[in-house]
Amino acid sequence: MANSLFEEKLHSNEFLVTTEVGPPKGVDVSEMIHHIDILKDRVDAINVTDHQSSVMRFPSLGGCLLVKEHGGEPILQMTCRDRNRLALQADLLLAYSRGIVNVLCLTGDSIDVGDHKEAKPVFDSDSIQLLKMIRTLESGKDVGGNDLKGTPKFCVGASVHPEADLIEPQLIKFEKKVTAGAQFFQTQGIFDVASLRRFMQYASQFDVKILAGIIVLASARMARYMNDNVPGIIVPQAIIDELAAVEKGKGLQKGIEIAARLIRTIKEENLSHGVHIMAVGNERVVPDILEAAEVEVARH
Amino acid sequence: MIVAEQKPLQEIRRMISPYERVLILGCGTCMTVCDAGGEREVSFLHNALRVAQSRSGNEAHRFLEYTLKRQCEPEFLEMLVDKVGDVDAILSLGCGIGVQAIAERFPDTPVLPGVNTSFIGMAREQGVWDERCAACGDCRLEDTAGICPITRCTKGILNGPCAGTKNGKCEANKDMDCAWVLIYKRLERLGQLEKMRRYYPMRNFRAVPRPKRIVRTPVAVGEDNG
Repeated sequence: MANSLFEEKLHSNEFLVTTEVGPPKGVDVSEMIHHIDILKDRVDAINVTDHQSSVMRFPSLGGCLLVKEHGGEPILQMTCRDRNRLALQADLLLAYSRGIVNVLCLTGDSIDVGDHKEAKPVFDSDSIQLLKMIRTLESGKDVGGNDLKGTPKFCVGASVHPEADLIEPQLIKFEKKVTAGAQFFQTQGIFDVASLRRFMQYASQFDVKILAGIIVLASARMARYMNDNVPGIIVPQAIIDELAAVEKGKGLQKGIEIAARLIRTIKEENLSHGVHIMAVGNERVVPDILEAAEVEVARH
Repeated sequence: MIVAEQKPLQEIRRMISPYERVLILGCGTCMTVCDAGGEREVSFLHNALRVAQSRSGNEAHRFLEYTLKRQCEPEFLEMLVDKVGDVDAILSLGCGIGVQAIAERFPDTPVLPGVNTSFIGMAREQGVWDERCAACGDCRLEDTAGICPITRCTKGILNGPCAGTKNGKCEANKDMDCAWVLIYKRLERLGQLEKMRRYYPMRNFRAVPRPKRIVRTPVAVGEDNG
């Protein structure tokens, strides 16, 4: 039996669509709620980011509760950067008790890229150990080996980086994540369909769902910034040139077009089981991208 | 060895300001090798403090200089017994261990740290030192081809690289090699990639509870290793 609507979708053969919202820095959640409202019926699930890029924000778990309250299907992004094993397990218990069972397990960006550079990096566990931690909780025990009162059940995912410049170690890690229990993967931003194709030729041997990460670029400047500053992102020169060629103010329109083109290709050529759209601040255009890509999801 | 950096002169001047007679105390071991607090640095610092003092027109301090072979061992500290009576404070250019060993041995004499103890590492080239060991008490270099992920990966993770690595460099610092890329390449070269495919559980951060102490029963030479 599926633990969530999203897990049920994972078992289907439908083309999966997820996206994400970033909580605000502060307590005014109105914009995030607006994004949740316009996205919840257009996608299968909405990730809520966890201090993305190590920038302190309203918490992921709080954002997931809002997604739930507003009728959406949340995916809790959980990083190991800020919490030790006690805090991670406690947050997982709270999440389960409030009906949040989809969890994306991430190691977390380095403290050095964020806005609290003097903070203590925790990393008591890594993404794979977090996956195992969740499977341990599901066995009725905590990671200290003690019995739990009431046993949670989750649907767990992880990330993978098909465009890494040295792919082999990433593939080793991917396999370890599969073994540790990951059911779905949302990839880092993909820009090159060929690398996704190569990755899927390898990954299709495993019984997991792969959602190709789609980053919505809004300008050539943003693309260059991401190349220089965002861990793991590699925007090819051809895409930067394409964005640079449009007149001022039309960058986002071009970004929508590029994202939609990628999604259409991925869907038509059956290159992955779905897509995960990361709009990085432009969440409002996700419905436009889906329309342009001619992708519709059936929410139950 | 232990690697340190001398504190800024301004901070040292602030620390010594309440004391008239100050012993600048070097250490002949690690601090000498890492150019942070050996005999030479003691002499340089002495000069710098004298110059700064005369420029400020306030001749408040009198300095003595001395360098012990090792500040971290009780037998060497005994050589200070005759000197501490003549000073109001000791400015130690030893590592944090030296400073604390002095504090324990001479309870009536204030001791001030003249260096920031930074890490356990090695010299890479003239004037460049790299951290290599976190003294975690649970060495796993066998599994990682002799390259420490706890020290050299900014996240200290055990199961392979994060997705932030780019061009073999770390997301936290573009000049720093990704430890896991190094480990992967060396394991591949040694034909031991299966070590990377293994799952490593969460570390025991209390392998030796802090503050750590090792107690070893004395044995005759050769007795403990057959």
